[in-house]
Amino acid sequence: MQGMSPIVKKVTQLVMGFIFVYGIYVITHGHLTPGGGFAGGAFLSGTFILLVLSFGSNILNLRREEEEASEIEGLAIFTFLLLAVVGFLIGMRVFFGNFLPKGQIGELISAGVIPLYNIAVGVEVGAALLTIFLALVIYKEEISK
Amino acid sequence: MIVFILCFILFLVGLFGLLTSRNIIKIIIGLSFMEFSVYLFLVLIGYIEGGQAPIVVEGIDIQMIVDPLPQAMVLTAIVIGLATKAMLLSTAIRIYKKFRSFDIRKIRSLKG
Amino acid sequence: MDQSIPIFVIIPLAASFFISMVGGRIRGFGKTLSVLVFLCTLIIALSYLISGNHASMVYKIGGWEPVGNIPIGIYLLLDPFSGFMLIIINTMAFLATLYSVNYMTKYTGEKYFYTLFCIMVAGLNGVVLAGDLFNLYVFLEITVIASYALVAFGTEKEELEASFKYQILGGMATALILFSIGMIYWYTKTLNIADITKMLASSNDRMLIQFCELILIAGFGLKAAIMPFHGWLPDAHSSAPSPISAMLSGVVIKAAGLYVIFRLFFNMFEITWEISVLITAIGTLSMVVGVFLAIGQWDLKRLLAYHSISQMGYVIIGVGMGMMIVATSGNMALASLAITGGLFHLINHAVFKGLLFLNAGAIEYRLGTRDLNQMGGLFEKMPLTSGTSLAASMAISGIPPFNGFFSKLVIIVAAIQAKFYLLAALAVIVSIITLASFMKFQRYAFFNGQAEDYGKDGIREVPFFMSFAMVVMAVLCLALSLLMIPSVRESFLQPAVDALLGNNEYFMNLLNM
Repeated sequence: MQGMSPIVKKVTQLVMGFIFVYGIYVITHGHLTPGGGFAGGAFLSGTFILLVLSFGSNILNLRREEEEASEIEGLAIFTFLLLAVVGFLIGMRVFFGNFLPKGQIGELISAGVIPLYNIAVGVEVGAALLTIFLALVIYKEEISK
Repeated sequence: MIVFILCFILFLVGLFGLLTSRNIIKIIIGLSFMEFSVYLFLVLIGYIEGGQAPIVVEGIDIQMIVDPLPQAMVLTAIVIGLATKAMLLSTAIRIYKKFRSFDIRKIRSLKG
Repeated sequence: MDQSIPIFVIIPLAASFFISMVGGRIRGFGKTLSVLVFLCTLIIALSYLISGNHASMVYKIGGWEPVGNIPIGIYLLLDPFSGFMLIIINTMAFLATLYSVNYMTKYTGEKYFYTLFCIMVAGLNGVVLAGDLFNLYVFLEITVIASYALVAFGTEKEELEASFKYQILGGMATALILFSIGMIYWYTKTLNIADITKMLASSNDRMLIQFCELILIAGFGLKAAIMPFHGWLPDAHSSAPSPISAMLSGVVIKAAGLYVIFRLFFNMFEITWEISVLITAIGTLSMVVGVFLAIGQWDLKRLLAYHSISQMGYVIIGVGMGMMIVATSGNMALASLAITGGLFHLINHAVFKGLLFLNAGAIEYRLGTRDLNQMGGLFEKMPLTSGTSLAASMAISGIPPFNGFFSKLVIIVAAIQAKFYLLAALAVIVSIITLASFMKFQRYAFFNGQAEDYGKDGIREVPFFMSFAMVVMAVLCLALSLLMIPSVRESFLQPAVDALLGNNEYFMNLLNM
């Protein structure tokens, strides 16, 4: 897959960090503001998609990246399930039970386990969207070859 | 009321595209239109005239909020829609690889 | 037992992600883990049956208790009807994975197969356990997305085309179901099935409710492939790998389509005469037209797929007659008999149609073809496959002492007692045509002399795990006849029927914990 012009590459370098940090902000403030895991994860995957689009990549790298993204996705969803099981083992004996103190409304560290779930979902969505994108790009490369 | 009618028209546009187009990608776009009209409908049923966003913020006293449950439902439905669309598009790419065409008139290996 | 309800969903899901992470590194990890997982869920499901405790159980995820009798949060519900479906799902999943241990070796990417299979079963278990409409929709979508991918697993021309057709029709069904859920939420302001029952009972807007009912029938009818919506089924079921065909035909169209229709129309909506007549009519239509479409087929799996449509018709008329009797407030014992027949045929069909698809897979595994004209004389070469498929063919065409005979008998007796003579006659005629169709299958595949160009070496009995799964299913075909014995039926089938008929109990259990 071909890269784009130097202007695009430079602009990508400049804005990509901001997009990534904004994605992390949206994920971590998911329990306070609109957004959360899914929206923030979409931002995270957006930075990587932007990189692949503007700098281009060859098919071997794409394959490796797809495998890695897929593994991170599995790991994130596994963390999610692990949190649910921990909720089962501690406290109320129900899956997805809350085992952390609820805290003060409006503070960053509050709302029990919801921020942890948000982080797991954010990583999961970011990796999943990246996997989908890379898989489609790989298909396209295979066809045009 | 007018928004519900527009929503229904969007549904019909999608159905029309789904039924009449011959290109696989256009069929997928038609299906997406249908699903989007349903998402719009779900958001609309939770809307209350003059309602505010259902977020607790200190210092602001909220009188009336819109129903947050349909919004959560729509978000979930959009995620599911994303997965189905990704699946459909990757099938479409594979079909193109095998048949070298997006035209459904040329994709006829099954019959009976 | 109360605590183990979410296990049906959580364990297969966890297994699927495990397989996708480490399945590529360790050989044989996927098959071992998925067989163990389904064995585990099967044992838990059976323990619910054996415990003899037929009360409904509610599981509140996250511990969200109802506030002022209004349920909030996600509830899972296990009652005898769900338990009945869970046993079918997990038995079939266990046997199909056991079969795929040998069968899937000819495909690449086994890891993805087992990942998708586990996700599909997790979704199916979720569908039958879900206590509210939206989660039902979510689990349904999890199931069908996995099955779209599994239908296209071979990535050849036919598989891709079949999967595309399935996905477009499935997408339309999804849109209709979601729209209908939205309408119901708009009207009742709740999603919990029990709470909706309470709201609908105190309402009198029949027009809107009937509109929702029709759209739900269309949506879930598309998923269940009943007659006007059957277009995708023969393609999808014949193109998928054989264990998946067995799962799709044996379980998915039942759990994702018929189970939801029965559950919603018995336990959520009030049963009305119009709707029950409509359901019985489409059931009759499926039963008759499906079998006529099957006559001309020479592709083995296509023939079986059309028979699936026809046999689903039996299940629907059994339950539909029960609905009609309930709607006219007739004899409840008769309604119970008709529904028993329907559900009995449902579990029988899962077993014998699953077995027939596995037989077709075994033939395809050795011969590499599904065309009946190119087979012949396999009786000597593959005695086990031949014997088990003879058992399944006799079961599906209703020959005693196999299970299919008894369930058809119950349905026909119920139809005669309820004075639906036309339905009884049609059921008998369709059964005879089915017999003719399967005699053709037996004759051309197994007995019709020796086809000439087999090659000398290739054709012999299939490997151990494939034969084992087929033999277990053939034994089940015989053993399920035991459900006719009243004491066995009382403990297994009757609670499921009572759960459908006694709709008050269903929602009392959900609301007043």
